[in-house]
Amino acid sequence: MIEIIIVSIATLLLIGGAFFTAIAAIGVIRLPDTYTRLHAASKSSTLGVGMTLLGVFTYFAYFHAEIDSQLLLAIIFLFVSSPVGAHMIARSAFHSDVEPYKLTILNELKRDETGSEIETEESVRLKIERSKDKELDD
Amino acid sequence: MIGFLNIIVIICIIVFALSMLGMVYRVIKGPTLHDRVITLDAFGVTLMGMMSLVSIVLDTTYLLSVIMLIGMIGFIGTVGFAKFLEKGVIIENDRDNNS
Repeated sequence: MIEIIIVSIATLLLIGGAFFTAIAAIGVIRLPDTYTRLHAASKSSTLGVGMTLLGVFTYFAYFHAEIDSQLLLAIIFLFVSSPVGAHMIARSAFHSDVEPYKLTILNELKRDETGSEIETEESVRLKIERSKDKELDD
Repeated sequence: MIGFLNIIVIICIIVFALSMLGMVYRVIKGPTLHDRVITLDAFGVTLMGMMSLVSIVLDTTYLLSVIMLIGMIGFIGTVGFAKFLEKGVIIENDRDNNS
């Protein structure tokens, strides 16, 4: 009985991990620009691999009677380090003038650093309409 | 029960391998260098999961320390590349000089 429960938990974690990793790969292939790809690559793959490692931890804890602290440490390290790396890459991409996708309507970091063009609701709505027109033209 | 789990693990390995293939496509094609660095970071994270599944198939716990190492090296590589692409230097000795 307990074996069925343990195997069910491990199976659910492994399948969830594989699912989220596949989502990450699809996002990396399909999304249009660097920043959206960063969104897929950092968050989704971290969650997927974290779930997979937790499933492997469950497997070894039951079938080998071995609580492996290195796996737990790897999960914690992954969840701490991945957002830091993603943030640094995004900053470096912004300062290297990597262009966002053409339908991006609000760029807060650019507004804060250059100090120009305070965006109100009115101007944002105008911008949205303009970009929709551009989309239709294309 | 353990046979059922082995089938699930093999299916997961196939899914992980296909994901890594897709990421290789983006690494080769990616328009900017930042795309390649981002995708290589995700590739390293996926490699960690792949390694843990392989350790279930081989039924050994010796591979589990490799996971930790891959994670650390991937993180250091990403941070180093980010600083290099932004400023051209990785270790700044003079931090007050905002040039």
